[in-house]
Amino acid sequence: MTMWILAEYTAWGLSGLFGLIIVIDWFRTDSTYSEDVLMSSQEGELEAMTEEHILERAEK
Amino acid sequence: MTDFDITSPNRDGMGPQGTKVGLLRVLGPAHVWALGVGIVLVGEYMGWNFAVGKGGAYAALIACWFAGVLYTCVAMIDSEVTSTVAAAGGQYTQAKHVVGPLMAFNVGLYLVFAYTMLEAANAITIGFLLDTVAVMSGHEGLDQRPFIVLAIMFLAWLNYRGVLATLTFSLVITAIAFSAIIILFLVTSPLFGSDVLRHDALMTDLPYGWLGVLAAMHFGLWFYLGIEGTTQAAEEVRSPARALPFGTLAGIMTLLIAATLTWYVSVGLMPWEYLGQSGVPLFDAARMSGSTSLMVLLGIGTLFATLASANGCINDSSRAWFAMGRDNYLPAWFGAVHPVYRTPYRAIIFLIPIALIFALGAPLDQVITFSILSGLLGYTFVSINIIMFRRKWPLGSIKRGFEHPFHPVPAIVLLCLCSITYFAVFLGYGTQLVAMIGFYITVSLWFHFWRYRFVKRAAQFTMPWPRPKGY
Repeated sequence: MTMWILAEYTAWGLSGLFGLIIVIDWFRTDSTYSEDVLMSSQEGELEAMTEEHILERAEK
Repeated sequence: MTDFDITSPNRDGMGPQGTKVGLLRVLGPAHVWALGVGIVLVGEYMGWNFAVGKGGAYAALIACWFAGVLYTCVAMIDSEVTSTVAAAGGQYTQAKHVVGPLMAFNVGLYLVFAYTMLEAANAITIGFLLDTVAVMSGHEGLDQRPFIVLAIMFLAWLNYRGVLATLTFSLVITAIAFSAIIILFLVTSPLFGSDVLRHDALMTDLPYGWLGVLAAMHFGLWFYLGIEGTTQAAEEVRSPARALPFGTLAGIMTLLIAATLTWYVSVGLMPWEYLGQSGVPLFDAARMSGSTSLMVLLGIGTLFATLASANGCINDSSRAWFAMGRDNYLPAWFGAVHPVYRTPYRAIIFLIPIALIFALGAPLDQVITFSILSGLLGYTFVSINIIMFRRKWPLGSIKRGFEHPFHPVPAIVLLCLCSITYFAVFLGYGTQLVAMIGFYITVSLWFHFWRYRFVKRAAQFTMPWPRPKGY
């Protein structure tokens, strides 16, 4: 078996390993946290806070 | 303006709209630079040289600089709009706020397809590179598939685990790949005593005339294709108003230098007939220089540039898909954020099999053409977008992190160059262009007549801006 054939098998093995790690973590995460938490991300958070601070400062 | 307590202990400190888990703001300007340049630099290592095949060495230089003007316009305009609309999704989010939902849906799809196809093309290239190394070492018939799959799975895992590590990885390998081009130029340059460059003997007139120059525009895009991807980091940079314009504009300057040096060295070492068909032109240039060290360095540079590009593409396509899911333009399930790694993990997972299917089952030129055409549609949008943005919210009406100069000249120049490039693409890939436009029209009808009913129409506009002028 040449080095390159060994490299091919290693690449298949590592690919499977990375895939497995992702899938296990995915199921673990989805079963541990509620959808309400996982999908609570809202666009524009920082911008709203920045505007709010400017408003507060302006009022003072 | 928001009317709730942003210091509430019931919130996690991220903001006033109820986010319990959001993307993490950890990136700086260097990461933005790495994201943009990392996606693009592979175009210097391979692909751009087909412009030489279309019209000769001078045609490639003209295409290089005209495409440079096109992308400088894109970078300046994106810097202004994204520093203001600083959210994941980049141009998709810009389109949503400035033009409207149907435009946003299309732009979102352009982004996802452009980056996913480019990721697949990069993975195919990694397989090809390793096959080349195997042949050079005396091993014939390498099975490229495990390396293609490994590249996609490893980078997907890296992206899944967190954006800081992902883009720091990109920063390191992109810097090495860029340095390799600079070193190649310095070592071969007559400025430092070398005499390997033969411009006087190798340069010819335009072999196919000005039509060749026009045809070369298609591949001239490769020098810069993807720099607009910096906008996808908008929700994860610590200071959007500073980091996005800084990283994007530094990125386009880097690429203009890299593109010109690449052209200069390559056309001085290889005749245009050979260069125009080379699979790995910079690596071939290093071989022609006669230096083994340079050959190894440029070989590593080629591999790193390809990896950085695929890495950035996964980052960008997943952010665009995530943003569309979060707004219900796609199933809301995709709008989830990983509570520990703070990445759009479901979008990353969903796009893995799509990239694998294209990487393992589609020919490279078709995959890349689909990517270029999607990108080109996106650039056309950018020019229309900035005109509407400035008209609806003139300077002074909202805060901007960057104000691009000479408006509306860059928008008009960009639109003109896009029109020329459409024609150039039509000359070589007319069927694909028509098929792709047909595809986008079909999905637009689906979105308009079916999907839009699920969109929370008021919730999708999040920027605390005044009412647009004239409304």
